[in-house]
Amino acid sequence: MMNKTVNILFCGTGGQGVLKASELSAWALVLEGYHVKKSEVHGMAQRGGSVESHLRFGKYVFSPLIPKGEVDFLVSLHENEYRRLEDFLHPEGRGFLPYLKKAEKMLKDKRYLNTFMVAVLSKSLPVSEKNWIKALKHIFPVRFFEENKRVFFMARDVVEK
Amino acid sequence: MGKPLGKTTVFLSGNEAIARGAYESGIKVAASYPGTPASEILEHLALFDEVDAQWSVNEKVAFEVALSSSIAGVRSIYASKHVGVNVAMDALMTSAYTGVGAGFVIVSADDPGIHSSQNEQDNRLIAKVAKIPLLEPASPAEAKEFIKEAFKISEKFDTPVMLRLTTRVSHTKENLIIQERKNFPKKNFTIDTAKYVMVPKNAYRKHALLEKKIERLQKYSEKSSLNKIELNDRKIGIITSGVAYLHVKEMYPKASFLKLGFSFPYPQDLIKEFSKSVKQLYVIEELEPFLEDELKRLGVSFKSKHPSFRVGELRPEYIPLIIRGEKKPRELNKTQKPVMCPGCSHRPVFWVLRELQLIVTGDIGCYTLGALPPLSSLHTCLCMGSGVTFLEGFKRNLDNKVVGVIGDSTFVHSGITGLINMAYNKTKGVLIILDNSTTAMTGSQPHPATGITIKGGKTKKLVLEDLCVSCGADTVEVVEPHDIKKLEKLIKKRLDSDTLSVIIARSPCQLIESKKSPPPNYSIEKCKKCDICLQIDCPAIKKDVDGFIEIDKTLCTGCNLCVKVCPFGALKTGIKK
Repeated sequence: MMNKTVNILFCGTGGQGVLKASELSAWALVLEGYHVKKSEVHGMAQRGGSVESHLRFGKYVFSPLIPKGEVDFLVSLHENEYRRLEDFLHPEGRGFLPYLKKAEKMLKDKRYLNTFMVAVLSKSLPVSEKNWIKALKHIFPVRFFEENKRVFFMARDVVEK
Repeated sequence: MGKPLGKTTVFLSGNEAIARGAYESGIKVAASYPGTPASEILEHLALFDEVDAQWSVNEKVAFEVALSSSIAGVRSIYASKHVGVNVAMDALMTSAYTGVGAGFVIVSADDPGIHSSQNEQDNRLIAKVAKIPLLEPASPAEAKEFIKEAFKISEKFDTPVMLRLTTRVSHTKENLIIQERKNFPKKNFTIDTAKYVMVPKNAYRKHALLEKKIERLQKYSEKSSLNKIELNDRKIGIITSGVAYLHVKEMYPKASFLKLGFSFPYPQDLIKEFSKSVKQLYVIEELEPFLEDELKRLGVSFKSKHPSFRVGELRPEYIPLIIRGEKKPRELNKTQKPVMCPGCSHRPVFWVLRELQLIVTGDIGCYTLGALPPLSSLHTCLCMGSGVTFLEGFKRNLDNKVVGVIGDSTFVHSGITGLINMAYNKTKGVLIILDNSTTAMTGSQPHPATGITIKGGKTKKLVLEDLCVSCGADTVEVVEPHDIKKLEKLIKKRLDSDTLSVIIARSPCQLIESKKSPPPNYSIEKCKKCDICLQIDCPAIKKDVDGFIEIDKTLCTGCNLCVKVCPFGALKTGIKK
């Protein structure tokens, strides 16, 4: 169990599946036994506008918001949103931006972009494969589970190479 | 509600946690009107068979249904966003006088940062004005426990209790432990006119009793387990409440804290005791100087945030700036603006209003987005219902051509009285009801004109056409908004006639009833790059590097508004394959 709180910032625009990406990761971490806090805004803020979700985990998490400059992983589904929030990254934090371009090339259906990017993130998180599958099963309706699982493991392979 | 992880551990949002906590507290009745960030509280309470949950017509109605249920003998809850409490204020203020029957809790979900609201009011001040006890949980886990305490206080002191959440409590999720529901025997209603009939003589007595009650509550807050002193490094002591505590704890984990969970009536002795035990005292709270003002009154010396921090929500990185007495840094807002969904039935209406260059009095809902460029066709938005009443004020005093717009749910919430007022006071004008048959902005909740209840059952359907006639409208016409020629002709006709006219532009929201047709065919040869199709502000149409357009086929619903506005025939209706 990690003692330090780890900070993940998900971003993109409304309709891209940012909140789903964050929810999926949150469930995997909860299943792994961490204390998790996830914070976001709904309503007016969601209609195609900028969307952010703060996800923090560790032994015990205090603030639901990641302090500026403390983001360990910035998972963006949109390049502009990445640029907007780059300042939030810790100097040693990771951005995964090259994978966004890779995803655009590899995915036939861009609705799976969120699952692809979570898979990229997953290689940096202390969560077992078993719990990722459990989380995928929990988050997606039965009819979308297999395709999401396929995209998830395809993207994990991309990171390994 | 999140599926359980084990038997007792779940991952819940603050709103789900409130619903769960209220359920565990044995509540029987819950009433609300949707509003961000509170909507999910009732949606989750409606999932429990034991709870009689309802979307009410508006917050005043919700408050009175919940309060009277408590007086009738069952535990009940009212929940709404901060501005919703304003609508319920008439009932709320006097409920402090009458008191309750079984426990009654008011949940107010405030929106610091104005993520999805029309103002940033701090409802802690309302608890103080109304003289009712105030609890401020900092997290979902606390919210679930605090609501249980709220019911106990309500019953012990015969008072409504306000539980104040903020966006960062309501919309934060965390893992927490759930417990079993406790049922309470129903109390009986005993006729007691001195308590429940607020005529001057009784109310006068009740006011005097309320002053005594608040004194007793003050003594109780001194000993409440919801107020905690954490003594660590005595050099810095911080008095704080709600989510602000967690931001401060994040940045100064070794400081000493007085965390106020039961913040009104203020635990004065506890505040004084804590202030004496630390070297430098700070008060750090979100929005208004609610705690600060009390410390000043008590003569306790402390440092607090620069007044610039009264605007907007607190963030952890602001805490060191507050401690150093600095101003709030200017934030550059480079966020992407929100936009109506592809295929939205509001878009063609605002396109027509723009074409006609009208002054438009607006209201609250997704359609408020019609104010943003390039549509720029909504010119006022104050509060729920003001699309109608502003139409009256403008019609009586402006020479410009004016129309009013209001959503279906908003019209039922507080537009009806405005329409009656126009008819009664002989005001003529054109009101457009943007009827997408749902409460879309807050997450597609049903309302009386949908004929569906919160639990999904069928009920009596309010017929807007009949209602508007009864209110006194001279003409009521229903039109399909995507037929922009017909819509434009109708608006023009009604603007030129000396009548009180209601036009119901009816087409269900894409989010509740997806209508997918093939995307239009685009001919580069015919395109003159005039950009008119970009003026409808559809997320599915983008300009490419050469100045031509690109249609995003995943987003496009085939509503064909772009086809209708293209003057050169470069866009043609798509053909079904």
